[in-house]
Amino acid sequence: MIAADQPVQRPPDAKLLVVDARKNIGHAPRAAFVEFLRRGDLVIANDAATLPASLRGVHAATGAPVEVRLAGRPSLRPEDVCCFSAVVFGAGDFRTRTEDRPAPPPLADGDRLALGPLCATVERLLGHSRLVSLRFDGPPDAVWAGLARHGRPIQYSHVTAPLALWDVWTRIAGPPVAFEPSSAGFALDWHALAAMRERGVEFATITHAAGISSTGDEELDRLLPFDEPYRIPLATADVIRRAKARGGRVVAVGTSVVRALEHAATGDGRVRAGEGMATQRLGPASRLRVVDAILSGTHEPGTSHYELLRAFTDDATLRRTSAELEARGYRTHEFGDSVLIERARRHAA
Amino acid sequence: MTIPSDAVLHESTLRRRHETNEADPIKGVRVAITGGTSGLGLALVRELLRRGARVAFVARTRERVRSVAREQRGAHGIVGDISSKDDIYPIAVQVTGELGGLDVLINNASDLGPVPLQMLSDTECEDLERAFATNVTGPFRLTKALVGALAASAREGRGAVVLNITSDAAFNPYPGWGAYGASKAALHQLSRIWGEEHAADGVHFLSLDPGDMDTPMHAAAIPDADPATLKRPEDSARELADAIGDALLRRGALGVPLTTAPELEGVTR
Repeated sequence: MIAADQPVQRPPDAKLLVVDARKNIGHAPRAAFVEFLRRGDLVIANDAATLPASLRGVHAATGAPVEVRLAGRPSLRPEDVCCFSAVVFGAGDFRTRTEDRPAPPPLADGDRLALGPLCATVERLLGHSRLVSLRFDGPPDAVWAGLARHGRPIQYSHVTAPLALWDVWTRIAGPPVAFEPSSAGFALDWHALAAMRERGVEFATITHAAGISSTGDEELDRLLPFDEPYRIPLATADVIRRAKARGGRVVAVGTSVVRALEHAATGDGRVRAGEGMATQRLGPASRLRVVDAILSGTHEPGTSHYELLRAFTDDATLRRTSAELEARGYRTHEFGDSVLIERARRHAA
Repeated sequence: MTIPSDAVLHESTLRRRHETNEADPIKGVRVAITGGTSGLGLALVRELLRRGARVAFVARTRERVRSVAREQRGAHGIVGDISSKDDIYPIAVQVTGELGGLDVLINNASDLGPVPLQMLSDTECEDLERAFATNVTGPFRLTKALVGALAASAREGRGAVVLNITSDAAFNPYPGWGAYGASKAALHQLSRIWGEEHAADGVHFLSLDPGDMDTPMHAAAIPDADPATLKRPEDSARELADAIGDALLRRGALGVPLTTAPELEGVTR
């Protein structure tokens, strides 16, 4: 597929491929996605705003330049902002493909990193020479200020202009806990929410600390997605229960929402409210207990996002989908086009 | 000319709260205040903290922010200039990061325009632009960046309020107050339209005139005013906090906003 290289969240020509429960494939302008929703459906999006999680700095022991990409944290609590897992790159920046980035200097437990106004200690390596546990110096507010001032959005080489936070915050963005944007949510704006309301479609949110999508290292990429903390508000758990009771569909906006809701599923179509840590990987063997359809970006086979789509419909249908995306010039990556896939009937619980 | 009734604090509403023993709806609420190190902003920081809110405040001067944060235990001090486009998202990251979300945004930071005050035709364009950057574009940008967090709060049944500080100069053509008055009139109209557009999302917009107060800004505008004739910022802060509390109470049990609350008609939109 063609990479979408302009940081425009809702390009007027954005496309939508729709796979229905009978595995029929159709196409529509993405702006019309609300028309595929029915009265009584419930749309759930991830309201996490994107943290400026890319930090440039220096490895104190060697003086070598590094880029740290924050990739995980133990919880969503505001004061729990001193410890992160992170992927470390060597010299250069997003303009070089991650696959081609030089490695950082060899990192050891206790190494110090100077990251603009922030200082951090490598607490330990996490089973890979570039995946570390970091601890920032200072109280939580100083860490938040340092990240806000010095951090940049994590970015890949297919978008050439440097991204600003306003490029990657969705319209509904709330707490800044995602490491990369929940980009399926780029399709939503306040006008779309009003259109849903008018149609009798409910809207709710969860907060999920969506992690990084690619590290450029095959071995590391195999570990994706990392564990991701999430929070499901009581009000959201409640509207899910009511939607299920009336036979409405639960439509997840983005893979992170599916991961959180299915992790919190209790088995009777309900979800537990509160905080959790999504640790599972979803794939063809997963039985979806809550989510009936997903609005997502276009994903290439082999990625963890594509694997998750295999929980919704069969491989033959996904192969046809990929062929259609290719043939009709759909664009991929975070600013690309979208798919709306309804769980195939035979997968129905 | 008079101020439209929707911009005036509604006395009976305010009295009602003090006469009853209801739990203070301000307790535990997450609030961000711009211009929080002097005048009305500082009084609001103190009032809201006293009533149990969790407060983040924004101001331009690092030393002032540090000193207020030291003196007001528990308040989160954020250095930033809301008239600067590049400061808005770093402010928004810190507000929602440090508070874990947001229930109330108070756009209080204001620029008077030319000091001393000038007739409009003597006002430098740069002074007018600065007043609009601080009083209109800044609040527009910050509100836009934070309205997602506010709407999330409303969906969770916590309630969500944006309070924009306006002035009688927005409605009365006081000579010398052109840059300030025109910008505050624009902010008031933004509030009204936002209020209409986000009513169904449960985000309430208030645009309120705190009155003529004994503050550094008033002293800059009218240096020879007798402070005894001016309102204390602490009194305005208490009234504004009450108005916020009343707006928060308009939420329904499950985040569904109540459609009408006639006794509060005066203070919203």
